[in-house]
Amino acid sequence: MTAFFQSLGMNYEWAWFIATICGILLIALPLMLAVAMIIYVDRKVWAAINLRRGPNVVGPFGLLQSFADGLKVFLQETIVPSAANKGIFLLAPIVTFTVALGAWAVIPFDAGVVLADINVGLLYILAISSLSVYGVVMAGWASNSKYPFFSAMRASAQMISYEVSIGFILICVVLWAGTFNLTEIVNAQKGHGLGFVNGYFFNILLFPMWVMFFISSLAETQRVPFDLTEAESELVAGYQTEYSSMSFALFWLGEYANILLMCSLNTILFFGGWLPPIDWAPLYYVPGIIWFLLKTFFFFFMFSWVMATVPRYRYDQLMRLGWKIFLPISLLFVVLVSGWLMFTRYA
Amino acid sequence: MIHTIAFYLFAVLLIASAMLVIMSRNPVHSVLWLILAFFNAAGLMVLVGAEFIAMLLVIVYVGAVAVLFLFVVMMLDIDFAELRAGFMKNAPLGVLIAVVLFVELFVGLVIHGAGELQLGAADGTAATIEGRSNIESIGALLYGEYLFLFEAAGLILLVAMIGAIVLTHRERTDTRGQKVARQVARRPEEATVNVKPEIGKGVSL
Repeated sequence: MTAFFQSLGMNYEWAWFIATICGILLIALPLMLAVAMIIYVDRKVWAAINLRRGPNVVGPFGLLQSFADGLKVFLQETIVPSAANKGIFLLAPIVTFTVALGAWAVIPFDAGVVLADINVGLLYILAISSLSVYGVVMAGWASNSKYPFFSAMRASAQMISYEVSIGFILICVVLWAGTFNLTEIVNAQKGHGLGFVNGYFFNILLFPMWVMFFISSLAETQRVPFDLTEAESELVAGYQTEYSSMSFALFWLGEYANILLMCSLNTILFFGGWLPPIDWAPLYYVPGIIWFLLKTFFFFFMFSWVMATVPRYRYDQLMRLGWKIFLPISLLFVVLVSGWLMFTRYA
Repeated sequence: MIHTIAFYLFAVLLIASAMLVIMSRNPVHSVLWLILAFFNAAGLMVLVGAEFIAMLLVIVYVGAVAVLFLFVVMMLDIDFAELRAGFMKNAPLGVLIAVVLFVELFVGLVIHGAGELQLGAADGTAATIEGRSNIESIGALLYGEYLFLFEAAGLILLVAMIGAIVLTHRERTDTRGQKVARQVARRPEEATVNVKPEIGKGVSL
């Protein structure tokens, strides 16, 4: 895009600057629209599994429900509790939202369609996703109220626990792909299974890693079996209890943007990103971004499916799963994967 | 131009937030300022082209260490009056540390004035490798040149970790934990009994 703006007669710095701003808008605005629609999809899937109708009043099939909710929230008054730590209380939702958007900078939507094609892409994602806990912790502490505080403590313990095993899982993928760059990770998956299946899920050593990554991404985004931070039967609404109006909406948007990010990471790391699932001729005529969005949507459907069917974990069960099962198994698989690669590729 | 602006932005923010870490009265605010300081340090690292170190700084310090700090500090119930009472007692030690740090800074500045230090260029071992990314260069050095030092560092960390676990772990017999394997292995036959008690007798389980 920089070249296009340069052809309009700008010098390189300005062209790069304008192109980057356009790129950010081209990612952030559709993402916000996608978040609004995906909330609707989430509610519809959840309702269908529960044999309910779900939102069906606003617009055709209730399609505009999220926008109506957004408008309602926008028109409400922002209430700051008098005992709250005001600055941090208002900063927390902004942090959550910003961090949720920031990670999208390195996500490749198609071959070459990426805002920042950096060498440490996966590390950048790991760094940004480790920040998302701060929004919750700051909100919980600044609310100066018991339930949000409990929620904040749970969130920080939970996210640290699952990040450890996510790190090991990512190391397996990085070892196999030989790079931290997300675009090259996708390219490395081309024809990985039997020469014609694109994606690491077809690999016997990496398939268990994908299962664990999917479960860990549920825990990392605090989706249903692990949504102890906002367990309504114990903590009212967790860290969001004291929030209202736009500050609440920012939490909401950030949460769903994070969920979409985790879905797209599942796609990129294990299911071949924008590549068609099978390396055959007619499938290549479908544009890569369509494949990417379809796969991401499939994972989002799985997220909703889990939400509608699985009961919530208890806190000690959550910790047990993270530390006593995922951590040793992922560590074992790092050894297995690196050993296998030493034998076959680097011997 | 843009590099200079970015450098001064990061540097000024880094120093300002580092000052605020020690000056803010609320310890939670201190930790949050510390996180901002880490961030700006990571920004400076990116500016000099060490993006791998920058990412590690954010992942390790911001993502793990500072979360634990925040976790602990949030739960502290700090009595500020008591803290101020202890101020005079610790003042001599504090002044001593401040003097040492100041002298070190001064010595560093004087030496810097004598001429630039040639970092790692003497025998070429630490020079950047042409055509290689950050990660590859660091990997080549850590796992080639400095393998044994690296392994030794890993061993020390392992010992520290086991030591911490041994020191804090205590076997508790008064709690009933969940034993998942036993729950899964349990079959209906051993869990349920079918009894036909006589009327008025009741059952004993």
